[in-house]
Amino acid sequence: MTPLPLVAVAGSPNAGKSALFNALTGARQKVGNYPGVTVERHSGRLTLADGRPIELVDLPGAYSLEPASPDEAVTRDVLVGQQKGERRPDALVVVVDASNLDNHLRFCLQLIELGLPTIVALNMVDLAKRDGLELDPKVLESELGVPVVETVAVRRRGIAELQAAVDDMLSAPFCGVHERVKSDLIHLQRRAREVATAAVVSETPVRRWTHRLDSVLLHPIAGPLILSAIMFVMFQAVFAWSVAPQDWIGNGVAWLSGVVTTALPPGLLRSMIVDGAIAGVGAVITFLPQILILFFFILLLEGTGYMVRAAFLMDRLMHGVGLSGRAFIPLLSSFACAVPGIMATRTIDDPKDRLTTILVAPLMTCSARLPVYTLVIAAFIPNNRLAWGIGLQGVVMFGLYVTGVCGALLAAFVLRRGVLKGGGGGFMMELPKYQWPLLKDVLIGLLTRAQIFLKRAGTIILGTTIILWALASIPQAGPGQKQSDVSIAGKIGRGIETVVRPIGFNQDISMALLPAMAAREVAVSAIATVYSIDSPDDQAAATTLQKRLQHRWSLATALAFLAWFVFAPQCISTIAVTRRETNGWKWPLFMVSYLFVLAYAAAGLTYWTAVALGL
Amino acid sequence: MNAPFHPEQTSLDLLKVGTRARVSSVDWTALDEGEACRLRHFGFDEGVIVEPLHLGPFGRDPIAIRVGRMTVAIRRRHAGAISVQPIR
Repeated sequence: MTPLPLVAVAGSPNAGKSALFNALTGARQKVGNYPGVTVERHSGRLTLADGRPIELVDLPGAYSLEPASPDEAVTRDVLVGQQKGERRPDALVVVVDASNLDNHLRFCLQLIELGLPTIVALNMVDLAKRDGLELDPKVLESELGVPVVETVAVRRRGIAELQAAVDDMLSAPFCGVHERVKSDLIHLQRRAREVATAAVVSETPVRRWTHRLDSVLLHPIAGPLILSAIMFVMFQAVFAWSVAPQDWIGNGVAWLSGVVTTALPPGLLRSMIVDGAIAGVGAVITFLPQILILFFFILLLEGTGYMVRAAFLMDRLMHGVGLSGRAFIPLLSSFACAVPGIMATRTIDDPKDRLTTILVAPLMTCSARLPVYTLVIAAFIPNNRLAWGIGLQGVVMFGLYVTGVCGALLAAFVLRRGVLKGGGGGFMMELPKYQWPLLKDVLIGLLTRAQIFLKRAGTIILGTTIILWALASIPQAGPGQKQSDVSIAGKIGRGIETVVRPIGFNQDISMALLPAMAAREVAVSAIATVYSIDSPDDQAAATTLQKRLQHRWSLATALAFLAWFVFAPQCISTIAVTRRETNGWKWPLFMVSYLFVLAYAAAGLTYWTAVALGL
Repeated sequence: MNAPFHPEQTSLDLLKVGTRARVSSVDWTALDEGEACRLRHFGFDEGVIVEPLHLGPFGRDPIAIRVGRMTVAIRRRHAGAISVQPIR
């Protein structure tokens, strides 16, 4: 069987390439990784008028065939037929921004020189008109020597015409006898300006929309204030909107484990499915609503063009610790959950900047730490009023957040001077025109992210939860024995205990550390299990647990435990996503190790200081 | 004797917001390969008209610059490598 004809969609960044790809393929897209690099491959199917299917691949945006980033290197390699895991495309659809032809035609001319059958999609003609620019596609067609189709991808205009052109291109016999003249960039740039000038019918100078918006949104005082307001709304939404869906998921998980419990006879299999798989995966997917809401905002910020403005505003501050402004939104998102934060680092061009951001993202206090913090603070920190409206408990909670941020900045600073030294292509990016993205494009993006998280992280999460279950359930306790004493996990817990005893952790804590690898908030239920607290009433159980902790832990131990959770990488979802985003186990292992070392040191310092102070 | 004399010759990082200028030269050696490549991609080249539009809120860094029909953001350090001739 001959493979389907492969058509590549190529273009400069901000030409509206992804929207055009979405318009052509719809929601059925496959997302994978190119082998050996952390560049995503998006592909989809398109059916021609005669029913023939073709494969469409969305190449990473590039300014030219001389790459300045790993993404651009992949684009070049695919186009010249040297990319592993991809055959050379049979034809090209080149997307150019109608209002930025001087620049985009350079890459377009370079692509036409490749000698493949090519169609040019003159995209965003509506925005060009808004800016007072009138173009003649016929002139462009004769200057470039290839068909030109006018499109507005985000409004789905011109898509049928483009599809028809692709149809014609693949049906016509192509005699690829183009002379391969490789023109240099300077020459191409001049030619691009000539063609662009020739294609202009009329140009009325108007006050550009984007410039007017930018003078407010990038204003030295108003800009940061508006950014704070947008971030405030985003966080409000993440926590307020996720309450109901989290309840549904919780109820769904409870219902499912109820069904399985009645359907299966008691025994190891039932325990594995109910206590292992369902409970473990259930604990992790509770965070799915938060992850999706965060992603919705991230995609919206990207789609409107505001994302790079936020990076512009924050670049100087982030630059101080060796990161770029691009790291700001991913790191801020990590305050809700590190998973979308780490996945959003795709927008960072420089590989070392990106890796540093991924490695420090777990230090941002995510929402899974809150149940742990709340429990321990409520049990050990007296609710004294320090001043009007300021309580000691709140101050401790705030201190934990600040410690996380300082830890992240310090870690970034050290990483950029140590293992991730050099590079740092600085901060050079285009500020695209503002536009309102199509909700459908945002939803397609959301669906893709959710699929990646559930598929890639899901397999690792499922595997790990079953392993954790097996460690906790095998061998089974006989009569009069406690399961947590006889199990392998119990033995490992005792092993951990010898390591963590110097930093003030008792046996109960060391027993909870292993199960809490699934997700941090599992620590709470794991400690409850150690104390054999099994109350159907959550409120009563929490109170009992608090009393028990006060009884069994010293204040120094409690503080050390809090310090541990600021740093410890106890979250398999984060580890799994880091593996996917760095394309291997090297960096997730590095991340886990340095964070555990930091956690140990922080907990130790806290414990020893507290003991020395007589707490 | 008739050597070109440009009294207002300055570098892009010193140019006032809203002042249009023509790029007279770019010191490519002050930039690493990737940075130089990216600046070329943005269209920075001798003879091109540029205009600083906005400055970052902290330390007036980075700088948003209009190049041709594009607006790009670069750091102050990189802008310093670009010599310009203001247009009256």
